[in-house]
Amino acid sequence: MTKAQQGKVPALRLEGITKEFVGKVVANDNISLSVDHGQILSVLGENGSGKTTLMNIIAGIYFPDHGHIYIDGEEVVMRSPKDALRHNIGMIHQHFKLIDIFSATENIVLGLDEKGRLDMKQCLNRVKEIATQYGFEIDPEKKIYEMSVSEKQTVEIIKVLYRGADILILDEPTAVLTPQETEKLFNILRKMRDDGKAIIIITHKLHEVLSLSDRVTVLCKGRNVGTVNTAKTNETELTEFMVGKKVMLNINRTMPKDPKPRLEVKNLCCKDIEGVEVLKDINFTVNSGEIFGIAGVAGSGQRELLEGIAGLQKCEGEIIYLDPKTGETKDLQKKTPLQIQELGVRLSFVPEDRLGMGLVGNMSIVDNVMLRSYNKGKGIFLHRSAPTELADKIIKELEVVTPGKSTPVRRLSGGNVQKVLVGREIAASPTVLMTAYPVRGLDINASYTIYNLLNKQKEGGTAVVFVGEDLDVLLELCDRILVLCSGKVTGIVDARTTTKAELGRLMTQNTNDKDGASDGQG
Amino acid sequence: MAKVEHKVKEPLIHITKRSRITIWKAWLIRIAAVALALVVSGIVAYLVTSENPLRIYAVIIDGTFGTSRRFWGMLQNLAMLLCVSLGVTPAFRMRFWNIGAEGQVLIGGLACAACMILFGDKLPNAVLIIVMIIASLAAGAIWAFIPAFFRANWNTNETLFTLMMNYIAIQLVSFFTYKWSVPKGSGQIGVINRTTHAGWLPVIAGKNHLLNIIIVLVLTIVLYIYLWYSRQGYEIAVVGESENTARYIGLSVKKVILRTMLISGAVCGLTGLLLVAGTDHTISRETAAGRGFTAIMVAWLAKFNPLVMLLTSFLIAFLEKGSTEISTTFGLNESFSDIITGIIIFFIIGSEFFIQYQLKFREKEEK
Repeated sequence: MTKAQQGKVPALRLEGITKEFVGKVVANDNISLSVDHGQILSVLGENGSGKTTLMNIIAGIYFPDHGHIYIDGEEVVMRSPKDALRHNIGMIHQHFKLIDIFSATENIVLGLDEKGRLDMKQCLNRVKEIATQYGFEIDPEKKIYEMSVSEKQTVEIIKVLYRGADILILDEPTAVLTPQETEKLFNILRKMRDDGKAIIIITHKLHEVLSLSDRVTVLCKGRNVGTVNTAKTNETELTEFMVGKKVMLNINRTMPKDPKPRLEVKNLCCKDIEGVEVLKDINFTVNSGEIFGIAGVAGSGQRELLEGIAGLQKCEGEIIYLDPKTGETKDLQKKTPLQIQELGVRLSFVPEDRLGMGLVGNMSIVDNVMLRSYNKGKGIFLHRSAPTELADKIIKELEVVTPGKSTPVRRLSGGNVQKVLVGREIAASPTVLMTAYPVRGLDINASYTIYNLLNKQKEGGTAVVFVGEDLDVLLELCDRILVLCSGKVTGIVDARTTTKAELGRLMTQNTNDKDGASDGQG
Repeated sequence: MAKVEHKVKEPLIHITKRSRITIWKAWLIRIAAVALALVVSGIVAYLVTSENPLRIYAVIIDGTFGTSRRFWGMLQNLAMLLCVSLGVTPAFRMRFWNIGAEGQVLIGGLACAACMILFGDKLPNAVLIIVMIIASLAAGAIWAFIPAFFRANWNTNETLFTLMMNYIAIQLVSFFTYKWSVPKGSGQIGVINRTTHAGWLPVIAGKNHLLNIIIVLVLTIVLYIYLWYSRQGYEIAVVGESENTARYIGLSVKKVILRTMLISGAVCGLTGLLLVAGTDHTISRETAAGRGFTAIMVAWLAKFNPLVMLLTSFLIAFLEKGSTEISTTFGLNESFSDIITGIIIFFIIGSEFFIQYQLKFREKEEK
């Protein structure tokens, strides 16, 4: 059936898909795209450009507000992943949904509602058949907990093929793979394409797009900004598509006054729970009186880097703090947050996860303000008077919109939550201030409030680290920008002279097949 | 193959979380739930007994307030239930699901009984009572510490662990009641130190239960202050809300878990002491009488606020007394009182759903 329609009707066509989330910006704004049988389509875009939302709509997880979905030319309505599967759409998520103590085959057949007895032998043979057909290397009887990340992914892919999927969606499949594994996966995907399957792959990595796909659709801020044939494009054009035009923000920026090294990071390495290296040999120095930007696509190691410095993540390497008063150096490596505090290092940290780490959602503003200082002073009782004053001050000075200071912070809007968090961290008069995505989800006014606060800290001689995602902001706010790509530093650039395209290039650069990549380091 | 489905049906009812609710509205829902519960249990009671439902309610109230004896009995039940509830509260505020209160109470009671039996004629009474207090608190604390230790170090499941500890405690009590049974081999301990009253807690103002009630009242206030106004109480709340935040501010989650469970277990052990030395003067497998589990409900209904627990434990104690009275008055068996209690609690817990969530019905489609 698929072969007959090949080349005539697209396997999947989206028309005017729009999805809005309550209280948030439009995630998908009138997006149209199509993919044919026997074709690989890449969907490319920065963080928050709406890729995942769009894929979730195709997979039946979200329901679009507007728009139509056509499969083989016929309009369909999908209300659940089951519906999507019925229409032969299979999604391979970034985070695997497998049961650890089951074998590969057991996971593959799990949830299939077939009548009668479950014939494991037959299932096993069918799995083997699929594996040989496309060249998967898999032991169908191996348990999931014994598998490597790449093997788990193979199970996920076979799972959707077993269910007869004709249209496959892969959400950043290469993020967790080594280059060799990636190459293997690509060969399999090409085989599937030749077999007439329609494949959509979400990725950040330009060279993968160019080497694998037939067509590319680029999303930017929830819109489809262009679809091109891979053969007719190149990295530079795609980067420009992806980062969009430069937008002037007019953020104040002064020259750093008397910059002196404040924080030195040397040869920092870090592994996640799965044993995958998330930080590889990171080197940089942050100076006093500057805003040091860190750019990179999501999950390039930003979180691990900041948490490593703050003492929340085990790392290898050196983290050295230079005390501005005494001039002595202090080793922060392998210290807990409390030990860092006891060393007299005033390190403030605004984490990415505001309500899950920086604040306690169910506690009042006052109780949240004293999170860092509740243990100071004498006695077994809490002293709420100073935090109460501070809460009042933060509410007044940062214009936090709240019914009162005893309101649980979870009830506040995102911008106000962030003001409370940043206000508290700044109140400790830090010498190093680390902020992760401090303006994410904030409106323009709140964002500028945060920029001003950071600038004030910079003028006061604090070393400010700013992890951001909006390149325009990074370019106008920071003095220097470090670019991370897959856990490696691909460059440290002067924010005053560099360009958006240059940042985009560094962010998506693959250091494995480029010799010039390490030049930017240092 | 794929049928074109143009019509997309919205589900009939949407359940959405309320962002906020005013206090009076929340209480209105609760009161409505209690009223509804009374109507339903009235109907059930009528179907079973053919009595006038109003008379049945009168019996419930009479069961508690009818005589001063009944009233004091209810207060004693309330105090004991409240005491166990106070015990589980620090753990629950930390989101540590300690369902081992039953065992912690029993083991505390057992430690107390052991002291009374073994040292009853060897130590002066004041010293004996001090030894009993130390033994009971320590026994309860150890019983809670063991699962906490495994949870803090190896992340074992505390719910299963504390539950299993209950059975060990029950078996230990069985063993010792057999060993110390009077007369030998009867499997019952009987009243300990019947003649000497050694180790019996003093009776004040001629009221048997008054001392227990006062101790529990004081404990309620102490625990409220501890949880709301002390640093350790604050740490418990932070660990309970988010272990990530606790890590972020440099708090040792392990230390807080261990410390809190020691407190939690000690309070449960104290309940054992009050039951054995204060009122029962004996011990059996039934000493805790399921309070360890009922306490979980009392604590939850009060949202882990010790002051509100005064109210919720009263509610449960009142219902238990009242429905037992119905059973005896109308010659029904024990189960009937359970049915009534069940109906009422079902509605009260159900009301929390409507406080947390709201239902939105699909709007009529225009055609």
